[in-house]
Amino acid sequence: MTETLLSVQGLTTRFRTERGTVTAVDDVSFDVAPGETLAVVGESGSGKSVTALSVLRLIPNPPGQITGGRILFEGQDLLKLSDAQMQAIRGDRIAMIFQEPMSSLNPSLTIGLQIAEPIHQHRGTPWGKAMELARGLLEKVAIPDAARRLHTYPHHYSGGMRQRAMIAMALACQPRLIIADEPTTALDVTVQAQILDLLKDLTRETGASLILITHDLGVVARYADRVVVMYGGRVVEQASARTIYRNPGHPYTRGLLASVPRLDAAAGERLVPIEGSPPDLAALPAGCAFAPRCRQATAACTATRPALRRIGTDHLNACLLDER
Amino acid sequence: MSAEATKPARGDELLRVEDLKVHFPLTRGVVFQREIGIVKAVDGVSFTLQRGETLGLVGESGCGKSTTSLAVLRMHPATAGRIVFEGEDITRQTRGLFRRRMQMVYQDPYGSLDPRMKVADIVGEPLVIHKATPGRAEYRERVAGLLATVGLLPAMADRYPHEFSGGQRQRIGIARALALEPSLVICDEPVSALDVSIQAQVINVLMELQERLALSYLFVAHDLAVVRHISHRIAVMYLGRIVEIAARDDLFREPLHPYTQALLSAVPVADPEVEAARPRTVLRGEVPSVLRPPPGCRFHPRCPQAMAVCRTEAPPLARFGSRQVACHLHGPGVIPIRPAAAAHS
Repeated sequence: MTETLLSVQGLTTRFRTERGTVTAVDDVSFDVAPGETLAVVGESGSGKSVTALSVLRLIPNPPGQITGGRILFEGQDLLKLSDAQMQAIRGDRIAMIFQEPMSSLNPSLTIGLQIAEPIHQHRGTPWGKAMELARGLLEKVAIPDAARRLHTYPHHYSGGMRQRAMIAMALACQPRLIIADEPTTALDVTVQAQILDLLKDLTRETGASLILITHDLGVVARYADRVVVMYGGRVVEQASARTIYRNPGHPYTRGLLASVPRLDAAAGERLVPIEGSPPDLAALPAGCAFAPRCRQATAACTATRPALRRIGTDHLNACLLDER
Repeated sequence: MSAEATKPARGDELLRVEDLKVHFPLTRGVVFQREIGIVKAVDGVSFTLQRGETLGLVGESGCGKSTTSLAVLRMHPATAGRIVFEGEDITRQTRGLFRRRMQMVYQDPYGSLDPRMKVADIVGEPLVIHKATPGRAEYRERVAGLLATVGLLPAMADRYPHEFSGGQRQRIGIARALALEPSLVICDEPVSALDVSIQAQVINVLMELQERLALSYLFVAHDLAVVRHISHRIAVMYLGRIVEIAARDDLFREPLHPYTQALLSAVPVADPEVEAARPRTVLRGEVPSVLRPPPGCRFHPRCPQAMAVCRTEAPPLARFGSRQVACHLHGPGVIPIRPAAAAHS
């Protein structure tokens, strides 16, 4: 990796809750190279979505707060920017695609206006010209009859078309980074394949980087170049997609791969579940967050928190078993 | 158990569904409701289920898989067709022994357990409703036994649902379903609300129980990898109809219906190298509305191999070797086209 587009360093985000302060993202670091697709994988409560929202500085304060770290985007620390400066980057240089398109689209505005808005806002393009560009974008995301659809409202769109419209909106200002948080979880499988293929093609075409947040290991295998595995708010492993599947280092990653049924597995193969359940962030253990569920955990694992250390080229792992 | 001696053998037919139709009237107006259309949620579905077998029912939203399972449970009235369960026609019945013999495990382990009831009362409620237990002591014993069956500790009986994780709650739901010793358990998306690391726990419990109790499952899900793992046979549904039924391995090795082919190719395999080498068929468009299904074969507007006949004539579900397919490409007298020859993008 010669250059980085985004470098997240030691990011920590906390939330104040009834049960005390919860560290949802705990000292998370990763880089995204230009044109790369990075998958952030984890279960509920792993901190993957909060990481994404932190990068865009969309953490509601209170109760949430980014308490530490740096987010270097194109060499600039996003955490040092004023709200107005951040506003200028959001939707322009960095765009976000959310899981539920219906709740992230404004039901009372036409799709065309919503796609044209960032172009008008960020580029100062007159509305007429911006609407013209919006039509082109709708065609690009393969919405049939784009000229007419431009003037219709989100409820006229099917789930897949809404997500296409969201992608068109995200692409409006030719961002360098797109963050997609479970973009297809709400969609049917055949439509999921269409949307992810579209997203992949468009990022390839524009050279934009993509952070794909997901829990689906199949989606990761098909679309990601590199993978960050999160557990209990921390990064437990980071490597190329190939390495994660061929040579997983962390017991959690290995457990996840063994517990998910595969479409191409030999018949009758038994699944090996990970016992227990994902951790309660308000009551994390002192040592490794995965230790209570780990078959290989030792006394040291419950006492000492493992650091993320390099175990190969572009392969980081946070496990005490590596340190022996 | 006393039923041991009379228990029918594995492999006997347990459930037969013949040409099942479930239609819902679509009305407008509150007082003077007038019918403005019919939603044909399930439109001519036939299948059988053997004892000890799992039939997977897959398809995308709106295909009618959940409605089919609810009709079998007699929670939706059937508009037409026949449902024969344990040799008895239950199509028009509302009560009877079948109410004990078929049970359901629901998708949402949070919504399906009453938060104000103790686990013992949740699991034991079917016993109370069906007056299936004589004394208090035996009742406690039965509940403890049911909890042990699904891998929970009998001591957990006095706790409330909120004290359990999602995976444990789903096991409580399974224990409740087993209380009346059913022969058929209908599972509607039983693991899709669970975190991925938890899903395997519940899948394994279901498979072990089937092994031990010779249960039959009608397993409704959209996750093909999960369905493949647990099912013996699989029925693929599209817009209210079954397009293909086949043994698990046949279906995955050589899917015959173009929709099955596309569905399988849409699901990514959790392996980057396998993924890179796989041929892909990406469908155009989305599933049309059930309100206005396309004429002829309902899949024809999205089918990469559609022919003229597909636009006008609906293909029947025809036996084709050991399997059944509803496709003009595989009709009687038509030379079958190998899926390898299909257009891959």
